Amino acid sequence: MENNSHPKLEIRDLRVEYDSKGQRTVALENVQLKVEDGEFVSVVGPSGCGKSTLLKVVSGLLKPAGGHAFLDDQEIQGVPSQVGMVFQNDALLPWKSVIDNVRLPLEIKGFAKDKQLEEANRLLKMVGLDGFGSYHPKELSGGMRKRVALARTFAYDPEIYLMDEPFGPLDAQTRVKIGEEFLQLWENVGKSVLFITHDIEEAIALSDRVIVMTSRPGRIKAEFKVNLQRPRPFYEIRFDPEFKELQKEIWAQMSDGE
Amino acid sequence: MAAKTSTPSASSPSPKAGRGNRSATVWIGRLVVFIVIIGLWELLSGTAFNSFWLSKPSLIVKRIIDMTANGDLWFHMSITLQESIVGLIIGMLGGTLLGILLAFSGIFQKWVYPYIMALYSLPRVSLAPLFIVWFGIGMTSKILMVVAMVIFVAFYNAYEGVRNIDKDLMDMMSTFKAKWTHKLRWVVLPSITVWILTSLRLNIGMALIGSVIAELVGSNRGLGYYITYSSNMLDTTGIFTGLVLIMIIAVVLEQIIVQVERRLLKYR
Repeated sequence: MENNSHPKLEIRDLRVEYDSKGQRTVALENVQLKVEDGEFVSVVGPSGCGKSTLLKVVSGLLKPAGGHAFLDDQEIQGVPSQVGMVFQNDALLPWKSVIDNVRLPLEIKGFAKDKQLEEANRLLKMVGLDGFGSYHPKELSGGMRKRVALARTFAYDPEIYLMDEPFGPLDAQTRVKIGEEFLQLWENVGKSVLFITHDIEEAIALSDRVIVMTSRPGRIKAEFKVNLQRPRPFYEIRFDPEFKELQKEIWAQMSDGE
Repeated sequence: MAAKTSTPSASSPSPKAGRGNRSATVWIGRLVVFIVIIGLWELLSGTAFNSFWLSKPSLIVKRIIDMTANGDLWFHMSITLQESIVGLIIGMLGGTLLGILLAFSGIFQKWVYPYIMALYSLPRVSLAPLFIVWFGIGMTSKILMVVAMVIFVAFYNAYEGVRNIDKDLMDMMSTFKAKWTHKLRWVVLPSITVWILTSLRLNIGMALIGSVIAELVGSNRGLGYYITYSSNMLDTTGIFTGLVLIMIIAVVLEQIIVQVERRLLKYR
């Protein structure tokens, strides 16, 4: 990753402002960020520091007030076709069955119906939800819904995954389990990921690089390279001395100057 | 001691059986209320007060049977039903479409919204004479009146429904690069189904009010006409018969909607 000539995602001097009740608030300021092809980058920071705003800019849902964001050297205008978003609250369609939710991106892409079902079933099996196709999201647990949301994004097959605290609302055990499964799936796919979280351990365990943000306005404060082996045991890696050291340093950065 | 041990076992039947019991109690209670009111009406009419003013349930039932036999019942009822249902369909479609379009029209909605609300505050019953001047005493003026009654509720529900769509779902569709046809089919319409069904339910009553009022103002057929006709003849039994028939139509139509609702909202 020494060559920084063609990163997958590049953000330069980004500034985002919000207009709320006549008040201008700066959400992000002077943000510089690069994600290489196939790289897993996490952004950690306190809630309300504009982490999610960063993803909205990359996914083309929000226009920046200043600076530039590039995907494959193309400035982002509108929703780029390379990004796939995983939302914090799943964003599943409650009136559609699990299988319909998963095949949605394929339907939008205009695949034939039998092809859609075949692929959706393959992905459901992959995330461990074989046989749940006809269920509705309401009938599933939080962890299962998360798997459906992941399967849907896998169906879209983006070049860069944008993940907004995807495991946030889950309980601790489910969180580790899903994190582990996701890490395994990702290590096989090898696409770029920009991952937002407030959980330092999760960030280190998953990433190649961890970026620390400060709040109000959101700025990048520090950056850490994670040189732990791959494939990585998602849970056991936490007992690695290098992991511990990183955790301590990142925590120091986050708690300092709050 | 014995009483103490028996308490938990007495309160332990499954919750489903408990609910079944309660709904049976509800239905029995309803039946009792019905019998008491109708019974009192039947008994007091002709004894405590003159049955000329308030008629009698037995007379109304007899009238309904007579009218069924000579065909008057279906003649008047079918006219009112046609006006109501045709008007309901046109008003629901038009209002809902308008609501969706306006909710997605950006700044334009801010321009026209106050005027729509101003029109809504107009007592639309007072439009009936105007419609009769425009279209005569035939079906068209009645249907138009129904549309005028129905369209605002339909509009408002669709409009609010669209504004209440989960923004994350729309964002999700956008990140998958969905076109508006997909957004409409997969998110917008399913999201506002609850709202549309609510407006449909409210509008059944509105549609009947519209058609009957228009018939009262000027017509030569329909239940509204039958009521005015009976009133001119000082025939209170006829008036009450008309009212009962309108009530029956409302209850039946509402039950149909309840069934439709159950099917469409099964996922909840």
